[in-house]
Amino acid sequence: MKSNRSTQEPRWVRYGLTTIGLGFLFFFLGLPLVAVFVEALAQGVPVYVEALREPETRSAIGLTVGIALAVLPFNIVFGVAAAWAIAKFDFRGKSLLITLIDLPFAVSPVVAGLIFILLFGAQGTFGPWLAEHDLKIVFAVPGMILATMFITFPFIARELIPLMQSQGKEEEEAAVSLGASGWQMFWRVTLPNIKWGLLYGVILSNARAMGEFGAVSVVSGHIRGETNTLPLHVEILYNEYNAIGAFAAASILALLALVTLVAKTIVEWRMKKETEMLNTVLAPEKTQ
Amino acid sequence: MASKSQRVLPGFGLALGYTLVYLSLLILLPLGGMVLRTAELGFGQVMDIALSERSLAAFRVTFGASLLAAMINAFFGLIVAWVLVRYPFPGKRFVDALVDLPFALPTAVAGITLATLYAGNGWLGRYIEPLGFKVAYTPWGIVVALTFITLPFVVRTLQPVIEDIEIEVEEAAASLGASRWLTFRRIIFPAISPALLTGFALAFARAVGEYGSVIFIAGNLPLISEITPLLIISKLEQYDVLGATSLAVVMLALSFILLLCVNVLQWWTANRHKNAEPLEVAAGRAGGAQ
Repeated sequence: MKSNRSTQEPRWVRYGLTTIGLGFLFFFLGLPLVAVFVEALAQGVPVYVEALREPETRSAIGLTVGIALAVLPFNIVFGVAAAWAIAKFDFRGKSLLITLIDLPFAVSPVVAGLIFILLFGAQGTFGPWLAEHDLKIVFAVPGMILATMFITFPFIARELIPLMQSQGKEEEEAAVSLGASGWQMFWRVTLPNIKWGLLYGVILSNARAMGEFGAVSVVSGHIRGETNTLPLHVEILYNEYNAIGAFAAASILALLALVTLVAKTIVEWRMKKETEMLNTVLAPEKTQ
Repeated sequence: MASKSQRVLPGFGLALGYTLVYLSLLILLPLGGMVLRTAELGFGQVMDIALSERSLAAFRVTFGASLLAAMINAFFGLIVAWVLVRYPFPGKRFVDALVDLPFALPTAVAGITLATLYAGNGWLGRYIEPLGFKVAYTPWGIVVALTFITLPFVVRTLQPVIEDIEIEVEEAAASLGASRWLTFRRIIFPAISPALLTGFALAFARAVGEYGSVIFIAGNLPLISEITPLLIISKLEQYDVLGATSLAVVMLALSFILLLCVNVLQWWTANRHKNAEPLEVAAGRAGGAQ
């Protein structure tokens, strides 16, 4: 850090602010994170492992992973398509489109679940038609996938739009003018350029998909062993005063959160390194 | 130039078409359908539901707790962001990565953990409750949960802005005789206040809709510690779909009005900032005022 005394706060201010800031983070982040694992292991490792091996917990893990995997391709295709149109072309209403993409961030998860009940529930718009054809969307897995798609809708697009805007379109234009087809250009030029940003978006959207509670809770119908994701299972166990079981399931989700943070940090570091490399490669050319 | 390159690169029609269709089917039509549903009731009846004693109390609790949580985060978030950018300390990269924990940790996990920590026999509750201050199962529990959930917003919007402050401007202010506190008030704070406001607004908007973490720690007593999202769900569970929809639409409208206000405010600060005097002049003025 710059040790210029004129732009340094007095030592007591620096130490004071650092203590306040770190203390705040300790009480609000560190302590809860530690508490999850301490509570899960409160009665020893065997009880913890036993709690995790319960069939309902295992089926909840399976459903959580399944829904996250089902949502991912939709988010990737939409994210890339939206970013391609917005970052590489000019058209009217672009800023309105960007605002609309952010819309799910402003909607409460509970409302996100409710809108699908209104469409596909028994008294919903398509309710009678679905009942006639013996199809079930709400209070079943398809509804939970839809609600998760709604909640995670903006994540990948939001990462890719600024990234692709900053990269410009010269490289793609060069590829096309050299005779590359649209798909060749995409696979050989665009995708390698955006791969870290895409991965970053996937990590964020995946963490939200696996952890989503409110929206999924509204459309799930709480059928044990069938429409119970891991976060919903945590709630059921906790309300049954099965603290060990609840915190054991919660510890899996907390581990997932830690993996997410590590992966995110690594990708951030790679992206930073790549931009730095690009800058050093480009710098000598500029001086010529 | 723009129109020429539009012809060079392929896939515009396909990409934009897909974006619009997917956006409409998944987001716009379902949300629009919900708003249309309230038309069945009529404006008067929607307002009756939204202005009932229980709904009003829920709105008060939801928006009050969210405002308080966003204010706590604005204050401590500014300190955390400042410390993370400016001061060296061991384990800084670890702490920096940990700030994103609330985005990665599922809200239900946060909810049961905070409830356990602040309960009467919990690690924190056992020291707080003898002081006559109950957190768990009171409205204060809601504030704690919302503070946790929205913690990263202010820190993450402020960090890049603080990094971008040119140290030369601060040096100029100091060499002109401004104290450190005066420099902060007149130079640094005006430069970071739009970002602080954005972070505050994002935190507030997220807090208003939060459900998962709050229900475990709130106690959920109607009129006292019941938040609007929970009231929507309990109406839904009593098959009062129209009541739930009315509340949801009012809540949606309030969030949009808030976001609009924030956008206008941001646009206004950005424009004022653009037309303002160069920072060097401001630095001189800050020094002269000493």
